[in-house]
Amino acid sequence: MLSKRNKEAFFNPLSKDNPVLVQILGICSTLAVTAKLEPAIVMGISVIAVLAISNVVISLLRKTIPTSIRIIVQLVVVAALVIIVQQVLRAYAYDVSLQLSVFIGLIITNCILMGRLEAFALSNKPWPAFLDGIGNGLGYMIILVIVAFFRELLGSGTLLNYHVIPQWCYDHGYMDNGLMILPPMALITVGCIIWVHRSRNKDLQEK
Amino acid sequence: MKALRKFMDKIKPQFQEGGKLAKLESVFDGMETFLFTPNTTSRSGVHIHDSNDMKRSMITVVVALLPCLLFAMYNTGYQHFNAIGTTATFWQMFLFGLLAMLPVIVVSYVVGLGIEFIGAQIHHKEIQEGFLVTGILIPLIVPINTPLWMTAVATAFAVIFAKEIFGGTGMNIFNVALITRAFLFFAYPSKMSGDLAFVKTDTAFGYGGGTVVDGFSGATPLGEVATNAGDTLSDKIPSTIDAFIGLIPGSPGETSMIAILIGAAILLITGIASWRVMISVFAGGLVMGAIAHAFPTPTYPASMLDPLAQLCFGGFAFAAVFMATDPVTGARTKIGQYIYGFLIGVFAILIRVYNGGYPEGAMLAVLLMNAFAPLIDYCVVQANINRRLKRAKAQ
Repeated sequence: MLSKRNKEAFFNPLSKDNPVLVQILGICSTLAVTAKLEPAIVMGISVIAVLAISNVVISLLRKTIPTSIRIIVQLVVVAALVIIVQQVLRAYAYDVSLQLSVFIGLIITNCILMGRLEAFALSNKPWPAFLDGIGNGLGYMIILVIVAFFRELLGSGTLLNYHVIPQWCYDHGYMDNGLMILPPMALITVGCIIWVHRSRNKDLQEK
Repeated sequence: MKALRKFMDKIKPQFQEGGKLAKLESVFDGMETFLFTPNTTSRSGVHIHDSNDMKRSMITVVVALLPCLLFAMYNTGYQHFNAIGTTATFWQMFLFGLLAMLPVIVVSYVVGLGIEFIGAQIHHKEIQEGFLVTGILIPLIVPINTPLWMTAVATAFAVIFAKEIFGGTGMNIFNVALITRAFLFFAYPSKMSGDLAFVKTDTAFGYGGGTVVDGFSGATPLGEVATNAGDTLSDKIPSTIDAFIGLIPGSPGETSMIAILIGAAILLITGIASWRVMISVFAGGLVMGAIAHAFPTPTYPASMLDPLAQLCFGGFAFAAVFMATDPVTGARTKIGQYIYGFLIGVFAILIRVYNGGYPEGAMLAVLLMNAFAPLIDYCVVQANINRRLKRAKAQ
């Protein structure tokens, strides 16, 4: 069940082969949905779900899909799953789905999905493909949560909409940093995380 | 001087390899070259020796900024005593301004130089002089009422993200001082605009207390223009001559055209700054100001200002003389400098007049053109190469 290869498929995307930090995929949604922690978590879970299930489905179909139309088949599978996720969110987490707006729909175009389907699911059995999907989704979600944590804490002074910066700080002149809410700071925050990550993993540093 | 030299020589071995404080070698080196000219220059080969090195050109810019700094101190005091309705002598005003601006200068230098020192230690490099100018520019362009911790955060952000990660002094793409201001502008907008930002009404170290008189407005001329939209300009707006002299509210260094022109003269006579950039920024501002003035409309109240007032109000002149001419972030080819400067002038007025959100556009215009300077240079160089290739083929 958990051979060395399967373990790698699951654990590598968490850090050494992280989709955001190392493969630099899925940056657009990382910038867009990380102003607050809550939508970032929901977005992360949605991507994990879509990625894991679509990886399994494509892996099951991998021998029957003709190579010439494989992208279309992948898109159909992903699109169907995304619509299901969207409907579930509208039914059970309406406010968050409003905040995420178009970005749930845009999971279809998320580079991580197409990348994993092409690179892994098409040439592997369902179980490793499932682990790979969960691993990459988690790797994506970890970065989303870290970025959103700093942006919400410094930009709004809240975490999951609870005020965590005490009132006396504001009384003594502290102010929330409006720039953290704007997309440029998401890019700089991701840059800082990549910076820390590369300095801890020297073998990833480009020459 | 001799005693100092002796002292430096005495403590030098401790900082050299094997010494007790070898880790702080770059700090010692920075202090030594700051105090004394290094006597290690190349002796052979075809080197032209000029006594003008980076340290000297930086110091020249600081000297050119002194008129602005002194006037800024006086004007800060003038505006303060004006706001609380007390008469004060010249020296009282100057003292108040000095007390108000000194903390900002100290914070800017301590934070910026601190980061530079740490960076030099980590990379085992010599400490560069780049922050000398930036450190004096920051207090001049940040509104006087900005809390000191905000200035510290912004300075740290700018030095790390606009300079150090690009490789330090001389490698930065964007003007570090302007990044500091842009950071403050977008992070803490409520402290950076409006009537309360530009005139210090409370005391400086307990000096100059008083209550603000009724009907006082600390709005800058451009702020006044932007908020008082009507068919004609508000009569509260100072005349162009007032703005030229500079006893008006605004960021400390930017108000006086006279002080800025003295600085410009110093920069041009010593050959530190490019006259091409300076002239073309003003030309661009005049052209765009004239175009806007040709079609005045109450929708964009700043379009009713005449072109000369456009040049004297706000930070336009300061940006033209001290920001656009930064040799690191600007264009380097001669034709490129004309294009670069002209577009800064045009964009500054364009943003100021037609973007309702920003009453002043000089900062954003310079930063925008900083990004395009390498492209302009590339096009100019490439055009030259093509022209010469054509000539070579024709023969």
